[in-house]
Amino acid sequence: MKSEVINVNAEEYKEVITNIKKDGYEMMVDLTAVDWYRKKEPRFELVVQFLSVSKNSRKTVKVKINDENLNIQTITDLYPGANFYEREVFDMFGIEFENHPDMTRILMPDDWVGHPLRKNYGSGRIPVQFKNAPKVE
Amino acid sequence: MFTPDNILTTTIDKAVRWSRTQSMWPVTFGLACCAIEMMAAGSAKYDLARYGMEVFRASPRQADLMIVAGRVSQKMAPVLRQVYDQMAEPKWVIAMGACSSTGGMFNNYALVQGVDHIVPVDIYVPGCPPGPQSLMHGILTLHQKIMDGEINR
Repeated sequence: MKSEVINVNAEEYKEVITNIKKDGYEMMVDLTAVDWYRKKEPRFELVVQFLSVSKNSRKTVKVKINDENLNIQTITDLYPGANFYEREVFDMFGIEFENHPDMTRILMPDDWVGHPLRKNYGSGRIPVQFKNAPKVE
Repeated sequence: MFTPDNILTTTIDKAVRWSRTQSMWPVTFGLACCAIEMMAAGSAKYDLARYGMEVFRASPRQADLMIVAGRVSQKMAPVLRQVYDQMAEPKWVIAMGACSSTGGMFNNYALVQGVDHIVPVDIYVPGCPPGPQSLMHGILTLHQKIMDGEINR
């Protein structure tokens, strides 16, 4: 099976995905994000995986997303299956997808503050008797 | 045989407490792996039907006992409370397993650290997950608690 990794910037992202769709990649397998807090600049990276069953080939698209501008175009119009994945990325990392049909939290309660999978978000651990667990903010 | 000239003497208290223990219907509240053990307890080998408890009700209105089987997330907490509020009195709660008792291995932002933060718990069943025997021991302990307690709670 062929596989390929493409690095694009946020402006080209939608165009690249449109071409991938035209090339016959029927399936969006996964859409997630990585927080490179204090390790890399820019801080966030969006990772999207595609599969073409007909061509027996995979593609991975990586998009660097700047900390100051956490906006990127949605791909739900091309791949409807991306809907919940984008909501999860929004919920967990705070990356907002423009023109998404329903850009709300999916896992955490609606009134939740913060984005739990960011590296600077504490685990929310509470001290436990006999374990000396320090309180993490 | 039940013939008209048979007489049974007891006190109202005792009769009420006894009847509460003998067909205590649990509400379906399986949340994680503990639910599998709870289902095993309900199935033929362990047979909760021996205590008249095999009917896991899908409606809280028909249930007396809530077995919280599994981890309760922050998002599930209001749902759990609502189901509890919808149950008719008298009602009891069993916290089954480490997660629903204390939060267990998940000491983090996402989970409620013990279901007793939301609803009053009568019996805590330890284990991860507790086997059907442990759950049944918890249930029998609850029966004993009801038999020893007051009818007005």
